[in-house]
Amino acid sequence: MVNIQGKSLLGLQGVPREEIELILRVAKKMKAVVKSDNKKLSLLKGKSVVNMFWEPSTRTRGSFEMAAKYLGADVINFTPRGSSIQKGESFRDTLLTVTAMGVDAIVMRQKQEGSPSFAQRCVDPIIINAGDGAHEHPTQGLLDMFTIQEVKGRIEGLKVVIVGDIDHGRVARSNIYGLKTMGADVHLVGPRTLLQPELEAMGVTVHYDLKEALKDADVINVLRIQKERQGIGFFPSAGEYNSLFGIKKDRLKWAKDDVLVLHPGPMNRGIEIDSDVCYSEHSSIQEQVMNGVSVRMAVLYLTIMGGDDVDITR
Amino acid sequence: MTLLVKGGRVINPAMQQDEICDILIENGKIKEVGVNLTADNAEDVFDASGLVVAPGFIDMHVHLRQPGQSGKETIETGTKAAAAGGITRVATMPNTKPVIDSAIIVDGLKYKIEREAKVKVEIIGAISKGQKGQELSAMGAMAKEGVVAFSDDGHYVENSDFMRKAMEYASMFHKIIIDHCEDDNLIEGGNMHEGVVSNELGMKGRPAVAEDIAVARDIFLAEATGTPVHIAHISTKNAVDLVRQAKKRGVKVTAEVTPQHLIFTDEALRTFETRYKMNPPIRSDIHRDACVEGLVDGTIDAVVTDHAPHEWEEKDQEFNLAPSGFVGLETSVGAMLTHLYHTGIIDLMTMVNVMSTAQAKILGLDAGVIAPGKDADLTILDLDKEWTVDSSKFYSKGKSTPFDEMIFKGKAAAAIVNGKFVMKNGEVL
Ligand SMILES: [Zn+2]
Ligand SMILES: [Zn+2]
Repeated sequence: MVNIQGKSLLGLQGVPREEIELILRVAKKMKAVVKSDNKKLSLLKGKSVVNMFWEPSTRTRGSFEMAAKYLGADVINFTPRGSSIQKGESFRDTLLTVTAMGVDAIVMRQKQEGSPSFAQRCVDPIIINAGDGAHEHPTQGLLDMFTIQEVKGRIEGLKVVIVGDIDHGRVARSNIYGLKTMGADVHLVGPRTLLQPELEAMGVTVHYDLKEALKDADVINVLRIQKERQGIGFFPSAGEYNSLFGIKKDRLKWAKDDVLVLHPGPMNRGIEIDSDVCYSEHSSIQEQVMNGVSVRMAVLYLTIMGGDDVDITR
Repeated sequence: MTLLVKGGRVINPAMQQDEICDILIENGKIKEVGVNLTADNAEDVFDASGLVVAPGFIDMHVHLRQPGQSGKETIETGTKAAAAGGITRVATMPNTKPVIDSAIIVDGLKYKIEREAKVKVEIIGAISKGQKGQELSAMGAMAKEGVVAFSDDGHYVENSDFMRKAMEYASMFHKIIIDHCEDDNLIEGGNMHEGVVSNELGMKGRPAVAEDIAVARDIFLAEATGTPVHIAHISTKNAVDLVRQAKKRGVKVTAEVTPQHLIFTDEALRTFETRYKMNPPIRSDIHRDACVEGLVDGTIDAVVTDHAPHEWEEKDQEFNLAPSGFVGLETSVGAMLTHLYHTGIIDLMTMVNVMSTAQAKILGLDAGVIAPGKDADLTILDLDKEWTVDSSKFYSKGKSTPFDEMIFKGKAAAAIVNGKFVMKNGEVL
C-alpha cells in the first residue's frame, strides 16, 4: 500500500510512480468536491497549514489556501517581513517560530533553490514546496499531469513538448521529473541560451527549432517568458522570441490534431503564447486553475492524513 | 634543549630518502640525521617507531581572516587548527578587512603572529590595492616586510594588462603571483559547478570554461613575461592540461589543488548543504579525475586546503546566500592519507612532497627538508590510525566541512615546530 503520510514534497525528482498515481487518483475525487455545491469537507479538521511565501504569488498561494480551507484545515498566511537577505530574522529562526505555533504542514515559496530542503533539516512539520527559485514547483507539475491525464486519458507514451525558458524554470523541471516517471516522451524547445548544455542527461530531447519539436506532439506546455531576459544575451527582444518560439494558432498544425496546450500562468499573451490559442478548444488553461486546487487538496490530505484513498463523504 | 626523534620512518623528498632513522634536534635546529643516535637524557627521546617522520607540512593557501574578521578565525585559533592537523607552517591570504596591501598592515599582522601563532605563519600580500584589480599594492614595501607571495585570492585579476604589470613588478622581488582563476562574467550569479547536477537543481552554474580561460591567460602572460605564476586551487580538466603543456614548454607555472577537489564531486550538492559550497566549485567526476591524474603525474605541485572559516550563522543559510568556503586544516592529512594514499593512488613520497617540500620550493622558503642545520619542523604521521571527523571538536572557529563525520584512516600524530612539540595525539600543546 502506498502511503505518503508525514512525507515532505520537496520536488518531483525521485518521487516514485505509485506516489504520483496516488496523488492524481485522490485529486480526481477532490475535483468532484470542488465542482460540487458543498465544497467544505472536514477531512483536515483540527489541522493547521501555514502558507509562507517569501515571494509574492497570488495564484499559487490562493490555490493552496482554498485547498486547505475546502479540507477544513486552519490556514495561516505568514508573510515573512524580511528575508534573510534583508537582515531580517534568519530563515531558520522564522521556521522555528512558525513551527512553535504548532502547524502540521508548511507550504513555502522561496527565491532560493533548495530552501525547502534546508527547512526540512531545520523543523519537523511536513514541508510542501510551492516553488524554490528555478529548482522545482512540484504541485504545478502534478496539476499539469492531472490535466493531461484528464484530457488524454493517460500520460504514458505521450509526446510532451515544453517550450521556453527551461533554465530559469521550476515548472519545467517538475514537469520533466514527473512526466519522465510517468513514462511520457519529453521534449524541450527554446533559445539555446535558455537551454543549458547537458540537459539530455535528464532523459529529454532538446530542440532549438519549434517546428521540429512540435512534430507529433500530444501536449505543448508553454512556459512564461520573463521579459527581463530580453536584450541581455538570452534573446534580442520579445518580438523575436515570439516569431521564433511563440505558440500561435497556425503553428498548432505542426503538432497532432488534438494537441493539448497548457500554460502555468500568468501568461504574456503575444510573447510566448498568442490569444487565439489561449481561448481555443486546444487550451485547458482555465481548467488548470481548478485542477490546481484539487491536486493541492490531495497533496495536503495525503501527506497529513495518509492512506491510499479518501472518503469524500466525510 | 635537545630532542631525539627515534626510530621513525623518515620520508624526505628533497633527498629521495625513505628509511628508518633517528633525528637529533638541538636548539630548534636539526643537528644530525642517522642511525643509533643517542640523547643525554631519556626524557628527551620521542619514540617514533611505527610512525612516519616528514618535514613539517606546509599549507600555502589558508585564510586566517586577520586582520578584521576575528569572528571567523584568529591567528590563535587558525594556527591551533593547523597544529592539530599536523601543519607546521601556513601562508595566510590577504582578502581581509582591511586587505593586506601595505607594509604597515603586514607589520601589524607580524606582531600578532609573533604573540599568538602556534605554527609558523607566512603572509601573502595583495596584488592590488584593496584587491580591486586597478592599482598595484605596495609590493616593494611588503616584500621588504617579508611577504612570500602576492595574490588577490577571492577573485580573478580580470584586467590582463594589469596582471601583466603585476607579474613583472613582483618578479623584481622574486615573489610569485598566485591567482584565483575564474572569469568573472562567466561565473556571475553561479554558486556551483555548471553541469548535469546544476541543471537538475535549477541552479546557476560556474562553468569549467571560466577557469580554463583564466588559467590559459595567466599561463600565456607568464610565458610572455618570463615570470612565475601559481594557479590557486586548480579544478578543471582543461586547466590541468594547460598547466601540463605549459610546463613542457618551460613556462614557470605551478599549481595547487585541494583535497576536496580531489575527493568530492558535485553529486554531493544535491542536498543543498552549504558545507559543500566553495569557489571554484566542487566539480563533476571528469574534472575530479583529471585533478587526481595531474597530481599523480606531477603537473600539480601542491596540495593545499584553502581553509576558509566562516561563522556558523553565515553558513546556516540558504545555499545561494551562504558564503563560499569551509575549513580544512584539521582534515587535510586524514583526507589525503585515506583517499589518496591508502587507495594506492599516490605514494608517501609524493604526498609529503606535495604537502611540504614542493610548497617550500614554490614560495622560496628554507623549509620542507630534513637535514642538519635546518629548522626542526617535523610532521609525524600515524598511517593506520582510524578516526572520525567531528567538527564540533575543531580548534578552528569554522565548523563547516564536507568531511564532517567521515571515517579516516591516518592522522598526524604529532607536530614539531622549531624543535618543540606543538601537537601530540591531536592535542595542541
Ligand atoms: Zn580562491
Ligand atoms: Zn582561498
